[in-house]
Amino acid sequence: MGESISCDININHLTRVEGHGNIRIRIKNGKVENASWDVVETPRFFEAILVGKHWENAPILCGRICGICSIGHTLASIRAVENAFAMVPSLQTQRLRLLLKHMETLQSHILHLYFLVAPDFLGTDSVLELIKPHGDEVQRAARLKLLANDGGDLIGGRRLHPTRTVVGGFTMLPDRIKLATLRQRLHAALADLNKTAELFGSFAIPDFTRETEFVSLKSDGNYPFIGGQLVSSDGVLREEEEYLTMSNEYMVSHSTSKWSKLSRPSLAVGALARINNNFASLHPHAQDIANNLGLHPVSHNPFMNNVAQLVECVHVVQDSISLIDELLGSEWQEPRQTVTPRAGAGTGAVEVPRGILYHWYQFDKDGRITRADCVIPTSQNNANIHYDIIALAQKLAAQGKDDQEIRLLAEMLVRSYDPCISCSVH
Amino acid sequence: MEKSKTYLGVEIKRPRTAFFELSSCEGCQLQILNKEASLLNFLDLLEIVNFREAMSNGSDDYEIAFVEGSVTRADEEERLLKIRKQATTLVALGSCACFGGVNQLKNRFHDLEWVKNEVYGGHPIETQEVRPLSDFVIVDLSIYGCPIKKEEVEEIVTNLVLGKSIDHPRYPVCMECTANGNICLFNLGEPCLGPVTRAGCDAWCPNNRMGCWGCRGPSDEANFSQLQEIMDSHNIPRQAMLDRLECFGGFSSAIREMEK
Repeated sequence: MGESISCDININHLTRVEGHGNIRIRIKNGKVENASWDVVETPRFFEAILVGKHWENAPILCGRICGICSIGHTLASIRAVENAFAMVPSLQTQRLRLLLKHMETLQSHILHLYFLVAPDFLGTDSVLELIKPHGDEVQRAARLKLLANDGGDLIGGRRLHPTRTVVGGFTMLPDRIKLATLRQRLHAALADLNKTAELFGSFAIPDFTRETEFVSLKSDGNYPFIGGQLVSSDGVLREEEEYLTMSNEYMVSHSTSKWSKLSRPSLAVGALARINNNFASLHPHAQDIANNLGLHPVSHNPFMNNVAQLVECVHVVQDSISLIDELLGSEWQEPRQTVTPRAGAGTGAVEVPRGILYHWYQFDKDGRITRADCVIPTSQNNANIHYDIIALAQKLAAQGKDDQEIRLLAEMLVRSYDPCISCSVH
Repeated sequence: MEKSKTYLGVEIKRPRTAFFELSSCEGCQLQILNKEASLLNFLDLLEIVNFREAMSNGSDDYEIAFVEGSVTRADEEERLLKIRKQATTLVALGSCACFGGVNQLKNRFHDLEWVKNEVYGGHPIETQEVRPLSDFVIVDLSIYGCPIKKEEVEEIVTNLVLGKSIDHPRYPVCMECTANGNICLFNLGEPCLGPVTRAGCDAWCPNNRMGCWGCRGPSDEANFSQLQEIMDSHNIPRQAMLDRLECFGGFSSAIREMEK
């Protein structure tokens, strides 16, 4: 300890994240000469692809921006179209969409926590190596993930690239008996989530903080997921359609993904941002788990995003149970409203697992897209990840940590954001 | 000692297997990790040595390579050639790999500069016309769909490991949809490519009352003039049909033929 260290870390295509990103850290005699987060993913040009397409193509195509958060993209896309056409979804549609959204949040967070993050804390390369020594944990992860995926199938028709979600509502409604069964399974899952909290409570979350600005949807009394006002922890408040002033995208030379900033050089979105900004509207059970795991807002430790995801799993399961009770307590209404296109533009803001997602489309009078814009959570996080890596490298260099430790902590730092890189480049 | 698996009394060798992604949403690899109830049995069929999304320290010594995504940049072309060199069996995984997927929709502008400018302004960015794997290398096996269907993947991979032949359905999705007892979506006013799209998904979308968008490409001897007639008789605009046909890239030669 304390000796001046030198190292040159080049991680090409970081593993156990979605998409292609590189970490570079060069330290000479204890001084950080260079540290960066470089996204090298291939762009797919979705915003151009949409131009000239009729409105009904938008949710189908935009769901394909990402395999992990395809439900969120589909819902943001639908919301942008509906806002442009001044359509208000029925209460039934709103409840079903939120329930579907919850299934995606649960699926994605569980996948991240058990498959991508836990191997670091348990000292292995992949979840495959955990099957034997940690059979119970892997079975639990599979059980929770299956539940969330089955819920996605039931409401959205398909867990990935959903088939029943359309502008105006749903093509089909779920079977009520299956909905009641899903409720029972969600209730049973709470025990699995309490066990998950015990497991993560046993992990030593790295001690690292760098103060930043957190951006999310704003609570209206309920913990926010779909639409509404935008808020930042530095006190900025915006309407949904003013998303451009909240995201401020710009390009940097070493990244194919855009970057964002607001009141500071970088900002953070995601589970930690949502909880930091909306802790009071979390379900009491989720608040208990947060307190037990030492997550107290406002937390500026990016590694706590893992804990925040776990807290959200508890919240979405509890809220799903309430939503199903409300749905089963009322008769089914018509699943789908008629769509009347008009010229105009609309924004759809949705909290997907990795943070706030915006879709914006402009239409001609026939409902054909003339311009499109999609702002992805990971692109909003990229600058924050980059500055975190610099600060982490500086801290570890000052502590005289060795190459291996710096490398692992840098990887874990990026993973804690659960970056969705293909999505961020789209 | 662990007992090795056998089939008809013959020992089964677990092939060394790698997963790779080019330009894609990585949803097909995510599907590989789905269907949790049989996931561990499925993984037990293969010795997975490279799967960047799920494991660190991958190896470049593999026999089977599953490749997701389409080729949109020179470095992807190079990676694909390298994978082809190493793999005994190269599998195109999903619509992007098989046909270019939704990514190939940018090709319809025939102007890469406009496309780049629309998204990145003046910022320099590298991209090329989107192409499927088969434009660059020999593909031994295709697994269709956007996304791929895990039930079908399990069946195909089992046959691959056992050395059995793999036959895709030659008939269209319409057959599966009818067999499932669905109401024909044309009668509900919904366009559908079920009559011309290769089956094997068990009519995944029509079962959910969404018309087929043709993600699996054409069935054998697909009849496009008949499709046009069906669409006309239900007053579906030609553009709605073309939007679907061009969505995933599988029908690009059929569209060229129709536009003649």
